[in-house]
Amino acid sequence: MNFFRQISQKPWLPVEEGLAGFDDYHTSTPPARVALKMFLIVVSILFFLLTIAYVGRMAFVELRPVPQPWLMWQNTFMLVLASVALQWAKTSARRDQWSNAQTALLAAGALTIAFLVGQLLSWQQLVDMGYFKITNPAIGLFILITGMHGLHMLGGLIAWGRTTDKVWRRDELKLTKVKQSIDNCTLYWHVLLVVWLVMFGLLFSGNNTLDILLVLCGIK
Amino acid sequence: MSDTTPEDVGYVGPAEVDDQDLYHPKSWITKYVFCQDAKVIAIQYGMTATAIGLVALVLSWLMRLQLGFPESFSFIEPSDYYQFITAHGMIMVVYLLTALFLGGFGNYLIPLMVGARDMAFPYVNMVSYWVYLTAVLVLIASFFVPGGPTGAGWTLYPPQAILSTTPGSDGGIILLLVSLALFIVGFTMGGLNYVVTVLQCRTRGMTLMRMPLTIWGIFTATVLALLAFPALLVGAIMMLFDRLLGTSFFMPSIVQLGEQLSYGGGSPILFQHLFWFFGHPEVYIVALPAFGIVSDLISVHARRHIFGYRLMVWAIVIIGALSFIVWAHHMYVSGMNPYFGFFFATTTLIIAVPTALKVYNWTLTLWRGNIRLNVPMLFSLGFIITFVNGGITGLFLGNVIIDVPLSDTMFVVAHFHMVMGVAPMLVVLGAIYHWYPLMTGKMYNETLGKWHFWVTFLGAYLIYFPMHYIGFVGVPRRYFTIDDTSFIPESVGDLNAFISIATFVVGAAQILFFYNMARSYFNGKKAGSNPWQAASLEWQTPQVPPGHGNWGKELPLVYRWAYDYGVPGARDDFVPQHIAPKDVPMAKKKAKKSSSGKSKA
Repeated sequence: MNFFRQISQKPWLPVEEGLAGFDDYHTSTPPARVALKMFLIVVSILFFLLTIAYVGRMAFVELRPVPQPWLMWQNTFMLVLASVALQWAKTSARRDQWSNAQTALLAAGALTIAFLVGQLLSWQQLVDMGYFKITNPAIGLFILITGMHGLHMLGGLIAWGRTTDKVWRRDELKLTKVKQSIDNCTLYWHVLLVVWLVMFGLLFSGNNTLDILLVLCGIK
Repeated sequence: MSDTTPEDVGYVGPAEVDDQDLYHPKSWITKYVFCQDAKVIAIQYGMTATAIGLVALVLSWLMRLQLGFPESFSFIEPSDYYQFITAHGMIMVVYLLTALFLGGFGNYLIPLMVGARDMAFPYVNMVSYWVYLTAVLVLIASFFVPGGPTGAGWTLYPPQAILSTTPGSDGGIILLLVSLALFIVGFTMGGLNYVVTVLQCRTRGMTLMRMPLTIWGIFTATVLALLAFPALLVGAIMMLFDRLLGTSFFMPSIVQLGEQLSYGGGSPILFQHLFWFFGHPEVYIVALPAFGIVSDLISVHARRHIFGYRLMVWAIVIIGALSFIVWAHHMYVSGMNPYFGFFFATTTLIIAVPTALKVYNWTLTLWRGNIRLNVPMLFSLGFIITFVNGGITGLFLGNVIIDVPLSDTMFVVAHFHMVMGVAPMLVVLGAIYHWYPLMTGKMYNETLGKWHFWVTFLGAYLIYFPMHYIGFVGVPRRYFTIDDTSFIPESVGDLNAFISIATFVVGAAQILFFYNMARSYFNGKKAGSNPWQAASLEWQTPQVPPGHGNWGKELPLVYRWAYDYGVPGARDDFVPQHIAPKDVPMAKKKAKKSSSGKSKA
């Protein structure tokens, strides 16, 4: 029953005996899944607001996109692979191919750690290139956005660790919950990948690329 | 139910799951300190919020000492005054009201009112409280660092907030921003719990439209908070970067005391947008739970079903949605495009429509009700009157042309204190009186409660009615002293003294409340299981106060809405939500005529 139908009900009308259909009023989605979706909305808003701040600053002349360290491309590729690996883990778990799921989960974790290490190295690369002046708004926002994204990935790794542990121990009575945990990790990684792709595009777009957008928004 | 370790408790399953795992405390520490029971967490939230709220109350006294009797108290320096107003505002809005309504009432009432055993994620819920407590402690710590707490004003506008000439620019502003970030992290943990519990853990038969309006208010406010707090978080982090790392997100080129600072190119207006994108929904984060609670209080104590329940629900949701497109009415004097001002004035005035609808419906609920003029009802009536007063001055300020001359005057201070300070606090107090018998199993002293109400209610008007006037004649807000300003009449000084005395009296009158609560807890009469004869589910628990898990072996089944008062043919004037139609006790005389037991509203 969808939300709008539910809030159109007239609860003051007489109640029928027995009240059949109790269960229609809940969705079958596990609470953890609902919580995760809500959390991802909150995270998306956070990055949306950072994007607004960044785009707002692009209207000013002094903002120059940071030079693009080649490592960032490699990092992005790592994160894509991590997401693919988790999707593989999810599919394997659904088919009860647990050894595949284990391999995929380990691969996803390793790739994510590689992504995070790569991000740190790319900061180092910027320092070496002499661009690392945080007072430059582009650099400041770059650090802020990559840092916030990295923190979220770190948080994801905690959930990944718990999930991997569950898969390893694989309590036969709790297999459904184990599968749900893998599903949730996969969703989290997918969304954080999309967020990163948007941020990646944003951070390395020249002022000119987004001129049309800035004009449309009335910022420029 | 089975005993488990904390590690086993992922979440409490939906109501259809027969056996639910709760972590049952095994020691005093896990029962009263690191407790996962939402009711204990609620009381922890309530106690902490009240404690920090009392600090803010004392700060308001100190401010009023200065305003009422300038030059009489040499220990209050101008910088102290700014620190007082900043801490007072921030504490009252964020650390008291938000925490009390959502962390306090949300935790206590959501599981009980929807028929759940606990929150969906009890462990996360517990962590939420401890992060909140840490945020409060960090805030308090800012009072003890060199330079003291920030004096930037509660809106923390840059560039002032981080310039070295602003009081508390050393450690105070840093600690406040860290504290806010912690508060938001803690709230997000709690907020996800409230939303998921309402959506997924309702007992069987508890449809969305059978939920009491209290739950609708808390639920919608939580969604608002989850969506709005990221803006404050982003603003706080970016300002921390500006302060600590020397970035210029919000800092323009600026000369301070003849010295060109290294900042440049930042946008102070960007911070204002971020702050008010959070700040205005924050008004409704506080108001919506108050709307919901007062609806329930009125219905129970007037012995009538809430008038226009569906519209009340829709109004809550619509107000919540509209609250996201009115934020810039706080920024009319920031130099914004006039068309923006027109847009935001229009949306602001539109929000008055569903709000007025709620006021009409409360009034119509009272109409021909069997009103019991007890303490919760008095506070509820006080709220309606105060909210209407505060709302009407809001209509003034929502219009650009009226707002511009009144902006930054005491009129604005009086307005938002009426609508966002006094009105919600009346609901908080009324709600505590209403649910006190459930929380403690004891009844409070009614006479003391009524004295508390009248002194608080009338006193609040003695404070804020004159304040509207002095704002109207042009007294600016945030000024340490107005001295002999030519356009301000001398009578303003007398009025300020009068307001200050009223403030001291109202503040001191709260002792009545605390004394009543404490004395009744130890010596009060036993309240029994449902002293108000309420129909909603929280009063139908097998134990009072409810035990851990709330419902004993079986979860209740819900057959009706929470407002079945005055059901024709029924023996009592209320039918609880969990009573099946066939089990409704019928009145002896009318039993032959109406044997169906069906409820009609």
